[in-house]
Amino acid sequence: MSLKVYVPCDTTAVSVGADRVAKMIATQAATIGHHITLVRNGSRGMFWLEPLVEVETEGGRIAYGPVTTRDVESLFAADFLHGGQHALCLGPTTEIPYLKNQERLTFERVGVIDPLSLDDYQTHGGWIGLQKALALSATEIVAEVKGSGLRGRGGAAFPTGIKWQTVLDTSADQKYIVCNADEGDSGTFADRMLMEGDPYCLIEGIVIAGLAVGATVGYIYLRSEYPRCWTTLNEAIRRCEAAGWLGPNIADSGRSFHLEVRLGAGAYICGEETALLESLEGKRGEVRAKPPLPAHVGLFGKPTVVNNVITLACIPLILARGGKYYHDYGQGRSRGTLTLQLSGNIQRPGLIEKAFGLTLRELLYEFGGGSASGRPLRAVQAGGPLGAYVPTHDFDLPLDYEAFAQRGAMIGHGGIVAFDESVDMRRMARFAMEFCAEESCGKCTPCRIGSVRGVEVIDRIEQGQNREANLVLLESLCETMQHGSLCAMGGMTPFPVQSALKHFPEDFER
Amino acid sequence: MEKTNANEVDPIVQTRLETLVARHAQRLGAMLPILHEIQAEYGFIPSPAISVVAHALNVSRAEVYGVITFYADFRTEPPGRSIIQVCRGEACQAKGGCELEAYAKRSLGIDFHQTTPDHAVTLEPVFCLGNCACSPSVRVGEEVYGRVDAATFDELVAEAKANTEQKAPAADAALGARS
Repeated sequence: MSLKVYVPCDTTAVSVGADRVAKMIATQAATIGHHITLVRNGSRGMFWLEPLVEVETEGGRIAYGPVTTRDVESLFAADFLHGGQHALCLGPTTEIPYLKNQERLTFERVGVIDPLSLDDYQTHGGWIGLQKALALSATEIVAEVKGSGLRGRGGAAFPTGIKWQTVLDTSADQKYIVCNADEGDSGTFADRMLMEGDPYCLIEGIVIAGLAVGATVGYIYLRSEYPRCWTTLNEAIRRCEAAGWLGPNIADSGRSFHLEVRLGAGAYICGEETALLESLEGKRGEVRAKPPLPAHVGLFGKPTVVNNVITLACIPLILARGGKYYHDYGQGRSRGTLTLQLSGNIQRPGLIEKAFGLTLRELLYEFGGGSASGRPLRAVQAGGPLGAYVPTHDFDLPLDYEAFAQRGAMIGHGGIVAFDESVDMRRMARFAMEFCAEESCGKCTPCRIGSVRGVEVIDRIEQGQNREANLVLLESLCETMQHGSLCAMGGMTPFPVQSALKHFPEDFER
Repeated sequence: MEKTNANEVDPIVQTRLETLVARHAQRLGAMLPILHEIQAEYGFIPSPAISVVAHALNVSRAEVYGVITFYADFRTEPPGRSIIQVCRGEACQAKGGCELEAYAKRSLGIDFHQTTPDHAVTLEPVFCLGNCACSPSVRVGEEVYGRVDAATFDELVAEAKANTEQKAPAADAALGARS
């Protein structure tokens, strides 16, 4: 039997040299005459250890990392193929505390399997949810999702079951499932990791959504910044069609579902669901006024479910193990698990899937190990570029939608970006406005003009011109944007600005 | 905008554009797939394409132009032989992204959205490559690089230049059609 060696093909692993390491391991093995099977898996999400190389041994998978091309020769010398001792040896992968202390449901296969192997997917629990869904009525599927308490993981946290019910109850000759894979928030990469590491899970979730609401066509709207996802998803769809998991007769059920990936073109606003629909229709990605909701009048005017990648990837497990199983994780109205993405100035950045209720402090220090620079952390930005800056005295806040909302912050898509004490919060506030000016779709005035004025006002504060009056003006501008904008872009850009003003006023006094 | 009178267009370019457009014209919401296809071929959207797309999709030329100019990815001028994107997201900023951005501009001698005089490199900002856990990040062509510092940036530029030195810009064929 040949030995299995795993080297991730995930974008981030490759961005720090995984391809070169994989190539060298293959060459070295061939030179020595060892027959190995090299599997390009997804990432385990422990990015400070990437490239993370694993070998399959009788005692399970053993991890080595971070491996550079310079280490490969010594790894072979240490007989790493049989789990030999080496300075980079991390022991059994699943015993690494960072991974061991997680509750991986949605990400249980990511990093474990060969992403495009249908066999791997099936032997690791794939398609069970879909098989169950095929035996249920649409109403029963929706009831299961409602019972799970799942809320949209894209950021808005709207109850998924209710959205599906609305589409199910709206009659039309054609309905659509649209997967929002325009993961534009900086500090977020869970969608990307899942699409690269377990694409069939997303496809299964989309097909189940189709069965639940009576839709037969789906689109994955993918951002163009993710070229690897584009390749992986297209190949995954091709293989699913060939194997009968997509197409005119899904798993011999007589039911059909057609799925395709569409590429965005570098517009952050297209992550907003109505702008995304406009873009899919081939137009400028300008936000639509709501109502009508996309659930009633969505893509090409038809009832449409628009769900984020992670939301849809939660679905197969919910169907396979039941809504209650999922609901048993979490607390309050935040049920299930949250896929947190930790990055920025942090020692151990990565993906942490955990039931709701973990505190920021536990996340930042127990998982993250504190700042990468060794200087004290000063703030984190939670929920992307439209999320508030949270100061250290709020680090005991549990990660829970309602707890965050009460403090004027949001969890959003689960991205947490850490900053040490060297951060200039006035500069970050200015960046929030600058980002909004750059990415506003231009449809509504508070967002289009307000963001430009916001940059100017912050510049005047920096230059010391009428500082007090301009601070008052900035507050007022934020309120106007918050209440007067058409969508969350203009409506939430004030959050990082106001939180910077509130918690770090000293940065605006200099 | 330059003149888009079909009479002035090189017939070879015109035919090629029509072929590219025809690949997607029957799809629902074909505009973005078509524009991506054209840009993949030429490196930018040559101006004669506007009429061809408008005609095939039964929309006005203004609508096509409106779409092209809305999206950051679509360009109306040929880029350099390599496109280098430097991430400006907050996670990159927390790890020296602003310094890297300044270094990139200084070392190449150009600002964002500009191309070096030798046409080797176009520098673009990007708002997040999803590589936040190994920031700061840079993308060259289809490849993303993490934990990039000034020295790595220089290597990436040198590598990009070496890889494309022999390559004639794909845009050349269409250049004649632009004037």
